[in-house]
Amino acid sequence: MNALVTGLGVVAPNGIGAPDYWSAVRAGTSGLGPLTRFDATDYPVSVAGEVKDFVATDHIPGALAVQTDQWTHLGLVAAELALADGGVDPGRLNEYEMAVVTASSSGGTEFGQREIEALWRRGPRHVGPYQSIAWFYAATTGQISIRHGMRGPCGVIANEQAGGLDALAQARRLIRDGAKVVVAGGADSALCPYGLVAQLSTGNLTSAGDPATAYQPFGAQAAGYPPGEGAAMLIIEDEAHAEARGAVHRYGRIAGYAATFDPGGFAVATLRRAVELALADAVLTPDDIDVVFADAAGVAGLDAAEAEVIAGVFGPCAVPVAAPKALVGRLLAGGAALDVVTALLAIRDGVIPGGATAEPATGYHLDLVAEARATPIRTALVIARGHGGFNACLIVTAP
Amino acid sequence: MTAREAVITGIGVVAPGATGRDAFWELLAAGNTATRRISLFDARAFRSQVAAECDFEPLAAGLTPQEARRMDRAAQFAVVSAREALADSGAVLADVAPERIGVSIGSAVGCTMGLEEEYVVLSNRGRDWVVDHTYGVPHLYGYMVPSTMAVEVARTVGAQGPVALISTGCTSGLDSVSHAARLIEEGAIDVAVAGATDAPISPITVACFDAIKATTARNDDPEHASRPFDNDRDGFVLGEGSAVFVLEELAAARARGARIYAHISGAASRSNAYHMTGLKPDGREMAEAIRVAMDRARLGPDRIGYINAHGSGTRQNDRHETAAFKRSLGSRAYDVPVSSIKSMVGHSLGSIGSIEIAACALALEHQVVPPTANLENPDPECDLDYVPKTARDHTFDTVLSVGSGFGGFQTAMILSREAGDAR
Repeated sequence: MNALVTGLGVVAPNGIGAPDYWSAVRAGTSGLGPLTRFDATDYPVSVAGEVKDFVATDHIPGALAVQTDQWTHLGLVAAELALADGGVDPGRLNEYEMAVVTASSSGGTEFGQREIEALWRRGPRHVGPYQSIAWFYAATTGQISIRHGMRGPCGVIANEQAGGLDALAQARRLIRDGAKVVVAGGADSALCPYGLVAQLSTGNLTSAGDPATAYQPFGAQAAGYPPGEGAAMLIIEDEAHAEARGAVHRYGRIAGYAATFDPGGFAVATLRRAVELALADAVLTPDDIDVVFADAAGVAGLDAAEAEVIAGVFGPCAVPVAAPKALVGRLLAGGAALDVVTALLAIRDGVIPGGATAEPATGYHLDLVAEARATPIRTALVIARGHGGFNACLIVTAP
Repeated sequence: MTAREAVITGIGVVAPGATGRDAFWELLAAGNTATRRISLFDARAFRSQVAAECDFEPLAAGLTPQEARRMDRAAQFAVVSAREALADSGAVLADVAPERIGVSIGSAVGCTMGLEEEYVVLSNRGRDWVVDHTYGVPHLYGYMVPSTMAVEVARTVGAQGPVALISTGCTSGLDSVSHAARLIEEGAIDVAVAGATDAPISPITVACFDAIKATTARNDDPEHASRPFDNDRDGFVLGEGSAVFVLEELAAARARGARIYAHISGAASRSNAYHMTGLKPDGREMAEAIRVAMDRARLGPDRIGYINAHGSGTRQNDRHETAAFKRSLGSRAYDVPVSSIKSMVGHSLGSIGSIEIAACALALEHQVVPPTANLENPDPECDLDYVPKTARDHTFDTVLSVGSGFGGFQTAMILSREAGDAR
């Protein structure tokens, strides 16, 4: 049973909805800008990938918005957009054959900060009734399941930034087990003060002030990444089911996946093994991969390890390497899922998006795609790494 | 080629009233309750002042000072449990390549305790919304992302295979073990260290359950506050703790002569898509999960010898799952002993599912069904055999364990043992 992607939903700093997002990416339009969510003057970070002009209640009921964090708003809206794009009407499908699998890194961060503040400033009776359902990491999956009547085997994976790929792989597993439609992807938002301070503690956020140069993965000037927020949800569907209902879009198949872990942090060997295992899972060789969407940390040591793996598996400068993350910042669990969306649109339109730095550090031996490049694409590899040692690789192929 | 199957060959537990697998079983078999007035913080201003706490001292439990400082309490529980499980399983890792070892840890609320403690410092006890980053500890991000707990366990184990943190609320501890079993079955790994942990007895978590009156207010009688299926119940008792297992592929476990506690014979999840906290009284989706789990285990209701209930001690849960057992098992539901260990160790959110798997595995080992403590005056709507107050000798080889949680998630798992298993 093939897992076919039949719908895309995106809420990203440079576009809401897959069409707007893809137009922005193709044009090289960045969603990075000054951090405006609160007064961050005293923080050593000033550029972020905020989702602008986003009004949750344009898409979901006000009562639901009040009960949920910004992260869940992004996820709910991305799910709505994906279902609409896929022409999926959950009311017409078997309730137990539909499921939701989302990845989250940090849960309802801003909602949680507000309620902890209320507790410590004003006392326990000032904590509201929705804290118990808004803060925990399963809130987004639960709310999407409820909103669309999806009663199958739902899931929540919290593997930090690798989780977006792990959730899609879990969706493929559910399809193999008999599910017909799975809403899967990642969402995150941690741009409140406490969320940002927590991210600062990694030492990996950039302190650069110019949005145009703040995020330069693999660049000679790479100095960290801007924090971002966003969500990408995909409709993963049993291919026969999609054919039977006459699905409007057939973006591509999830052809391969693997995950590994590096107990020491981020060494080359374990990431390389993830790439090789994903290729083996897809029954493909390195020559079959037309483009690699890199994890693209923008942190020198991490970039060096990833560059060594890509050059090692594919050969020096032998495969185009895209880093459209440079246009939006790191969206945590949403970022890897968004890369899969981008890869599928690249396959559809035969365009590798630009955004990667034009000035790579010496010694990386990568064919970085700085400007959009037209070329037929059948197969794309997406790489993601999560804080602490998670590696995940996912391969998508043309339908 | 016969299908691959996952079996439990090692168990580690940190539970309220009992650190370690053996002490945990003694507590359950004796029917003792570990619920008490909250001592982890001053809870006098809170509606619910009762919890099931672990008497846990990180250094005494074998953690280094660095580990104790870096890790949230929930991560500490998980690492200590993982080490106990590995020791229990024998030299399981000696002949397995690191890339064939996976980790799957469940947690509902992650490092919430560490997050809150650090927030209090950074915000001047809630006075500053724009918190002062200069006071942030180096591992603060590790508190914000629950994946840290899987990372800590994976580093302890030296795992290089797939590592996951599963966070499906209160079914996390069943779902994480189910996920690991699945990875073994499909051949991605040969050994998994899997389980769950939570340490939610902190002001914010107690307050959030206060706000919806989900927890007990029986503050003057904490030892008897957790009363699943009893008509005098008034909500669940918050707990904490962890259980972690070594899972192995059956053939490999048999080949090395490992003691096999239980087979993970089948598991399934369904969602009610109804309400984040509410449950319909008909138990429909949990029943469906049970039905599919039995199907995957290739056995029928007549084979179920014991049901480890979710039994949280809220009126709606107890009735919901009683209906689910009847709906899925038919008349068999009336013949099978059903019990809730939450009556003794409270409800530790995401970790309880794994703690209950440990209870099931040990119940199979001892051929004893743990009781439902404090069950004195049964709810007339709950009319099954809930094994009140006293453990019961029982001959059985198959257990059904269920979980139900916020978000509408319902999970069922079948554990069994076979005649050929080494013990």
